[in-house]
Amino acid sequence: MTIENLKAVSLAANLREQFYYQMVLVRRFEERVFELFARGELFGTTHAYIGQEANAVAVLNHLQDDDIVVSNHRCHGHYLTRTGDVEGLMAELMGRVGGVCSGRGGSQHLCSTNFYTSGIQGSTVPIAAGMAYAEKQNGTGTIVVLFVGDGTFGQGTIYETFNMISLWQIPLLVVVENNRYAQTTPLVLSFAGSFLTRAKAFDLSAGEIESNDVEELYPRFGRIIQEVRDRCGPHVEVIHTYRLCAHSKGDDHRPPAEIEAWGGKDPLKILGQRITTERRSELEKRACDRIDQAEAVAKEMPFPTLGQQSGPSSR
Amino acid sequence: MRYVESLNQALHQLMAEDERVFVLGEDILDPYGGAFKVTRGLSSAYPDRVLTTPISEPSITGFATGMALRGLHPILEIMFGDFITLCADQIVNSASKFSWMYNGQVEVPLVIRTPMGGRRGYGPTHSQTLESLFLSVPGLTIIAPSHFHNPGDLLRRAVLAGEGPVLFVENKLLYPQRLSRLDAAGRIGDFYAEVLVAHSENYPSISLNLARGERADVTLIAYGGMAPLAAEAALNVFMQDEIWVETIIPSLIKPFPLPDVLLSVRKSGRVVIAEEGVRTSGWGAELASQIYEVALHDLAKPIGRVGARDLPIPSSRPLEDQVLPQVADIEAAIYHQIME
Repeated sequence: MTIENLKAVSLAANLREQFYYQMVLVRRFEERVFELFARGELFGTTHAYIGQEANAVAVLNHLQDDDIVVSNHRCHGHYLTRTGDVEGLMAELMGRVGGVCSGRGGSQHLCSTNFYTSGIQGSTVPIAAGMAYAEKQNGTGTIVVLFVGDGTFGQGTIYETFNMISLWQIPLLVVVENNRYAQTTPLVLSFAGSFLTRAKAFDLSAGEIESNDVEELYPRFGRIIQEVRDRCGPHVEVIHTYRLCAHSKGDDHRPPAEIEAWGGKDPLKILGQRITTERRSELEKRACDRIDQAEAVAKEMPFPTLGQQSGPSSR
Repeated sequence: MRYVESLNQALHQLMAEDERVFVLGEDILDPYGGAFKVTRGLSSAYPDRVLTTPISEPSITGFATGMALRGLHPILEIMFGDFITLCADQIVNSASKFSWMYNGQVEVPLVIRTPMGGRRGYGPTHSQTLESLFLSVPGLTIIAPSHFHNPGDLLRRAVLAGEGPVLFVENKLLYPQRLSRLDAAGRIGDFYAEVLVAHSENYPSISLNLARGERADVTLIAYGGMAPLAAEAALNVFMQDEIWVETIIPSLIKPFPLPDVLLSVRKSGRVVIAEEGVRTSGWGAELASQIYEVALHDLAKPIGRVGARDLPIPSSRPLEDQVLPQVADIEAAIYHQIME
């Protein structure tokens, strides 16, 4: 079956609802984070995943428990979709002891079993490759999925790593979420050539798709991930998408007409149209209740103190 | 046994004993065996665990960090210490932070070996002593063995401890040197020697004295490639003017070896710290500051610091000698301490 044919295959109703729930959980979580910032209840900064939710859901639902995910500064969607740990993430953002890193990491430095993120553009690329190399040496059959954005393609380390993963045939799937802006800088001002030719210059298996439809992305990544696993080798897949929110907290200078046009391709709307209003409301409510509860629990937690290493088991 | 042989044997032992140990770096395969031959023979004996890499220091450092996060014990060779600046992001923002920032959920048992030091005419980008750039990086350990230590043993401990990350600083001029080990009579050559472990059991300091008695006239502190120069200076001032210098050679240089020097410092009250790196904001500057904080009133004079001048290291050997600290500079600093 070709990818084009797969596009026409609709998901089973229960999977469709699961995906909608996962996506709406991320969306409402990110919106809540903005509200909490506005109310002065969060520290630091945040990078929301609004508009890109279909990517995380389409990729991560194919992974096995032992597979490793390495993410970046825009990691809440990946983390929630992979772990479902709303409480741990909320407490982390609020800087509380029950946070996934007990408040030490914050928004862009998360870690839990087989999940890692860091805040330096490009630094995670060779780290993910080294992890995948270690797993290959151990013969575990585990693969590593690395999420990067278009901005990361400005860093030299990504090309050094492309060279190594191709040379050594390392089971690393690089998912490039091209949301067309590196912070405020549009691709056209920072990017020559194309993602695919850059990847293919290293003889890497590579592909690209422009879609915000999780039902189109999900089967595509099913095939890609199976291939990475079978070959025990690398692949680069570019998803051309759009972020429907500011880079961080309100630093949005993109043309309003452009944002509005992409709003019509909101992944939540695309999938939502295929679910009854009643079921959609139920899923929305489930997600919001979960977030309400996580917020309430986190607010009751104390702030950490130095010398206290609480660990994930304490939450 | 020579310094380089000690390190090479330790690497062979480590690979034989522990399958988690991997060695990676540039040009490390046989028959070349690495720019300074520290990895000689490893790729023939353990072809599956020795990885020769592209010239990509930023990424091989990240790659080794990833290996360490997933349970391997990588030993990364950076061919010249000068190239450590290319690794700096991964050392500072990844390897050294991860364990703490992830709240103890991970360890990064990574050892980065690299040769520092000049005096061979390699010029401005192949001669530096740059470890002082990393002294203010929390979470990073820096070990720098001298030829008075057993460098192989120290390397084995650094790898087997599995804690990391460790910056393991070797010295180019020391590679061919024969090790000066403690004999059964408690002596190293002309010196009475003592192993100091207050700072660290695993990475001791060595104390060298030419006399025995209540207290030395001056406490001289130096590490790594400065150790032979310090010992020579101590010998010279003793022969010329019977000045008794206690020379303390730490191997664990970060955290700072205050516990190993404090007793001697308090008794002598006169201190010289010598390093090959630039004197400004150097290792000696921080160590002196730490000594002042706890022992100011025991000091008879301000601490003397010897180090390289604030210049790039020139290629011309006679010119290089004018930039790098010499035995005579250490002697002058010692004489300055005892002048009234």
